[in-house]
Amino acid sequence: MTWKRKDLLSMQDLEAAEITDVLDTAESMKEIATREIKKVPTLRGKTVVNLFYEASTRTRTSFEIAGKWLSADVINFSASGSSSEKGESFLDTAKNIDAMSPDVVVVRHTASGAPALLARHLRCAVVNAGDGAHEHPTQALLDLLTIREKKGHLEGLNVAIVGDVTHSRVARSNIYGMKKMGITVTVAGPPTLIPPACQELGVKVSHRLEEAIAHADVIMMLRLQHERMKGGFIPSIREYSRVWGLTVARLEHCRPDVLIMHPGPVNRGVELAPEVADSQYSVILDQVTNGVAVRMGVLFLLAGGKTA
Amino acid sequence: MNLLIKNGRVLDPASGVDLIQDLLIAEGRIARSGKGLNAPAGVRTVDATGKVVCPGFIDMHTHLREPGFEYKETVASGTRAAAAGGFTAVCCMANTFPVNDNRAVTDYILAKARVEGVVRVYPIGAVTRNLEGTQLAELAEQAEAGCVAFSDDGRCVMNAELYRRAMEYALPFGTPIISHAEDDDLARHSAMNEGLVSTELGLRGQPAAAEDVMVARDIVLAELTGAHVHIAHVSTSGAVRMIRDAKARGIRVTTEVTPHHLLLTDEAVRSWDPNTKMAPPLRGKRDVEAVLEALADGTIDCIATDHAPHALSEKEDEFADAANGIVGLETAVSVLLDRLVRPGVIDLQTLVTRLSSGPARLLNLPGGSLAPGAAADITILDLAEAWTVDPARFRSRARNTPFAGWTGTGRPWMTIVGGVPVAP
Repeated sequence: MTWKRKDLLSMQDLEAAEITDVLDTAESMKEIATREIKKVPTLRGKTVVNLFYEASTRTRTSFEIAGKWLSADVINFSASGSSSEKGESFLDTAKNIDAMSPDVVVVRHTASGAPALLARHLRCAVVNAGDGAHEHPTQALLDLLTIREKKGHLEGLNVAIVGDVTHSRVARSNIYGMKKMGITVTVAGPPTLIPPACQELGVKVSHRLEEAIAHADVIMMLRLQHERMKGGFIPSIREYSRVWGLTVARLEHCRPDVLIMHPGPVNRGVELAPEVADSQYSVILDQVTNGVAVRMGVLFLLAGGKTA
Repeated sequence: MNLLIKNGRVLDPASGVDLIQDLLIAEGRIARSGKGLNAPAGVRTVDATGKVVCPGFIDMHTHLREPGFEYKETVASGTRAAAAGGFTAVCCMANTFPVNDNRAVTDYILAKARVEGVVRVYPIGAVTRNLEGTQLAELAEQAEAGCVAFSDDGRCVMNAELYRRAMEYALPFGTPIISHAEDDDLARHSAMNEGLVSTELGLRGQPAAAEDVMVARDIVLAELTGAHVHIAHVSTSGAVRMIRDAKARGIRVTTEVTPHHLLLTDEAVRSWDPNTKMAPPLRGKRDVEAVLEALADGTIDCIATDHAPHALSEKEDEFADAANGIVGLETAVSVLLDRLVRPGVIDLQTLVTRLSSGPARLLNLPGGSLAPGAAADITILDLAEAWTVDPARFRSRARNTPFAGWTGTGRPWMTIVGGVPVAP
């Protein structure tokens, strides 16, 4: 056990040993999901607040289930219907919640750096559940857990991350996490969707899908937001899908044991052909299952539970 | 109004003077300089032994926030901050509420300055009505009322035709047009400089090109109209290169740089401290090296603070939503003395020139010299005094500085306006 942090804000902060620690803890939590009564008393008397300033179903539900299976009291706070609508600042709202003595605040926000702002001002532990285009560390952890489960190891693997890297916190957290675990990362997309100075993150950059996925052990497809057309990042969804969509035909040139991942929600027919999303290569639902385990592990490590 | 400054090192680059001597001030003006001057009866003597006596520093880019934003800063608090920081004059930008786009607001600011101000205040009028970039402000009346330059600072005048007309219309007044060179489209929604750091932080960046394309346009328009265009807060290597070339070709373009663009890079944003957020944003290392070089070689005419006070609640926010800008009046001279002059990056003469005769010349202001007959606006420096930046002790109403906790040596020791010490 190497975990000493008050908060989980980013993968960039974590060291390889800490990542392994979280993955091992999460793995030990998976068995709880198979029980008839899915509840352990580990975090009884602990309070977890989901503070969500951006629409989310999957991540919020995942944290909520994780907390509840560990017997924590989980409260959901979403920006609509709260005092933020009355003009209270984000920090004031968070300080008010902190004054009610929660053990963990899980924050999702449209603004990069919002969890770091809370971590500076709050006494409780802060978990970043996605901030702007910055990071989404629990997503990267569940992705790593899924890859480790399927491949048996992480070091030496080749991963291609494909699509809108510029606006993707999932891509950033995975790049940081994968690099630390010895994975070779290639990012691919049209130049408008690859962020400036991307190579300096230690990844290969490709502007051809076929080239990027040819030798990949894992292909991670990113969600394309429809509003990207407005910023001039792509001309049309149709063209994007033609050039960058992962289809059965393109899959034929990939490794036979390739894994297809997607952080969800999937735009079927845009970045991922429906047949590919549902194929034997797809581990998209395993990612979701592992998401609960990873969040149980993270809450356990941060809320200071003793035994699982 | 009468004062004798004894035994100081009088450093007046505009007159080519660097001598230990005395300065006698009579009726608010420099009366005489020389060794062993005696104080006439009843004249206060200031012992400046070991200190450096300079022409009063002029900050040609200050936001005093009054009228309209008195919760951020007032003429009273802003000019006290200026005095404490060694400035004897400030030029205040037009983005007040109401905007300083007409004579009534200019008159109001000047009246406030007369009654409540402690340093000289020179208003800068808006180029366009309400800073909207669509219709010229009444530049002639504003010039008559005392505006020393025109600028929509804080916003870029995107309409090149309108900007061209402003330059032409202002020609008879001898007032420069000051450009906030930042292309609206290239900079839209940006929170910082574009580069590796913005990529890592997932913050939207603006490329240096957002500044460069507008500097290029403004140089071309200056050439077309013959107007004097001054580029505010230059921050990129491309911009200083173009300005250097334009000056060599005889185009009337001048520029300024802020202390923060000389001392900080976008690496500082990794702290998520909203006091590292301003427009233009902190740039990369190569840009900082280029502006330092341009400051030393004279491409950059002056140093200006872009003092931009904000209330804590406007800064302590999600980074992308936090207000742009930082205060600078009370830190500029100290941080530059310690970080640039002490290690020899630039010499003291250069610093003093860029803070005094530089801005005085390009705005046609009195000051910038200690020659007999000049107004007795004087900044005295103590190069040996240690300091720590403690925002709680600022005279400014605002505390938004990225330099909190910085320590160093060398600072303004006394500020004299019209022969009257106004700080400490």
